[in-house]
Amino acid sequence: MTTTPANVEVSAAAAAPTRPPLGARLRGRQNQNLWFWVFVGPFVLGLIIFIYIPILWSIYLSFFESYNTVTPTKFVGIGNYLDMLKDESFRSSLGTFIVFALFIVPTTFALSLLTAILVARTRVMQAFFRSVFFLPTACSYVVAALIWKMSIFSGVRSGAANALLGLIGLDSIPWLSVTKPPWYWLVIVSARLWLQVGFYMILFLAALQRISPTLYEAAAIDGASAWQSFRYITLPQLRPTSAAVLLLLLINAFQAFDEFYNILSSFGTYPPYARPPLVYLYYVALGQGQDFGHGSAGAVILTLVILIAALVFNRFFSFRGDD
Amino acid sequence: MAVVNTSRSAKIGSLLRYSALILAAALFLAPFYLLFRNALMSEADLGSPRWHWLPPTWEWGNFSAIFNDPALPMTRSLVNSILISIFQTLGVLIISGLAGYGLARIPYRWSNAVFYLITATLLIPAAVTFVPSFVLVSSLGWISTLRGLIIPGLFQALATFLFRQFFLSFPKEIEEAAFLDGLGYWGTFWRVVVPNSMGFAAAIGTITFIGAWNAFLWPLVIGREQTTWTVQIALSTFLTAQSVNLSQLFAAALVAIAPLLLMFLFLQRWIVEGVERTGMGGD
Repeated sequence: MTTTPANVEVSAAAAAPTRPPLGARLRGRQNQNLWFWVFVGPFVLGLIIFIYIPILWSIYLSFFESYNTVTPTKFVGIGNYLDMLKDESFRSSLGTFIVFALFIVPTTFALSLLTAILVARTRVMQAFFRSVFFLPTACSYVVAALIWKMSIFSGVRSGAANALLGLIGLDSIPWLSVTKPPWYWLVIVSARLWLQVGFYMILFLAALQRISPTLYEAAAIDGASAWQSFRYITLPQLRPTSAAVLLLLLINAFQAFDEFYNILSSFGTYPPYARPPLVYLYYVALGQGQDFGHGSAGAVILTLVILIAALVFNRFFSFRGDD
Repeated sequence: MAVVNTSRSAKIGSLLRYSALILAAALFLAPFYLLFRNALMSEADLGSPRWHWLPPTWEWGNFSAIFNDPALPMTRSLVNSILISIFQTLGVLIISGLAGYGLARIPYRWSNAVFYLITATLLIPAAVTFVPSFVLVSSLGWISTLRGLIIPGLFQALATFLFRQFFLSFPKEIEEAAFLDGLGYWGTFWRVVVPNSMGFAAAIGTITFIGAWNAFLWPLVIGREQTTWTVQIALSTFLTAQSVNLSQLFAAALVAIAPLLLMFLFLQRWIVEGVERTGMGGD
């Protein structure tokens, strides 16, 4: 509140330089349209330029043959789409996503709910435990990939995981250099678990704190066991949060790129297996070929897949939430 | 619940809970321990087949070495990361704060239509649009420029949506008093609303900063030249392609996460609030 009136005059004048004096315009309601666009305009303009135009342009490109160019001339109709759907490696990238999601979604969900419940019930050192589980959120996927690939799951004897195995008399495992068995899944899933459990734990903690204690008191008076109050009070009360967390986990798994790229590629090349959709798209559209036509068709297909999945999921959960 | 704490089963339950918590905490802290240990090891000790709990020799020189290594553009990439994260955070706060306030408080006939135009983009995952966005940025000639790394990230529909929700719950009386004093929308926003929204802005700001600092795919696609590498891209390049002194790479990673670790130490309250707000965005 210490801003001088002169400052306000200056900034208002900068926003709309050719208008009558400030006071006259602001008291009345006649300039609401102008003011709406002064406030909202910059954002909407950016959104149109950087979100809407690229998407429309990309849909346009997806119907053309466009190697290395964004102004193609050769119309191929739905050819790119058919190519993508026929492409074995595109389909297998969707398969990779499904396998990944089957691993990561339930484990993250269960672990973040479990840590939230444990932390919520703890009085002594609650803040410490919460901070410890939340701290990995500060880490980037690149840094986690470095620790996982070069220290924990480095195939050598002094790698942390192999050192542990050695303690109990087991042989070292070459975690990332064999595909049978596919140990690399353990590496990738555990890295993402470590990075994101704390984030979802915070969401569950906030939801747990919103549950009214009187519900538990009433249940205790009725003689409910700990399991019963969890099953019939905690879980139902957490349903909106659970639905949101599941959807977020699914969308995030679909967008997985960082840890796959950083853990699996070495010496500049990515192995032919374990390519989730975005890794696949990255190599099609931005690899040596710069194949924007097929890349755009792939992006459109993936956007549709995730949109439909999200809508079905939402419909399913809001339908169940109504009863 | 405190009533039953004296019973024997509650004591056993409490013991089990603390054991589980301590074990889990140790597992969650182990990667940080490895990061610190490796960053302070000598290259020879790190490469030896023997396991060391602590560095046999403390190699503090790793930190000066990474800043003097001509192959690893550490200073440049740190500066890039700092510039990108700060500009993106301030930009998102100003642009989304203004838009959220306009949508929440200024009556306009097409306000709802504009709101739908914004929320529709929330449904499209940002990472899936990296191909079209790359196409646009490359035709603007913004590849390998800081412009290309900063500007497209300034328009966050989720932040605008959250600011709108927040301003809708802002007490109207204060604004009306300011309005009666002749401040108008612009003056009311900057002199009354903004000073009373600092907590919320801190929550959104810290989350935006963390996201910008840790971003990978967009900087990888746009920041192709070494001069526009962020610190994540620099680390990734050495991790995935070139051979490098491994303990120095860990030292560089430690430097790269240090700003965020400090933020978590001192601003955790706002980060937690930011997580709660952004995570439950749609509700």
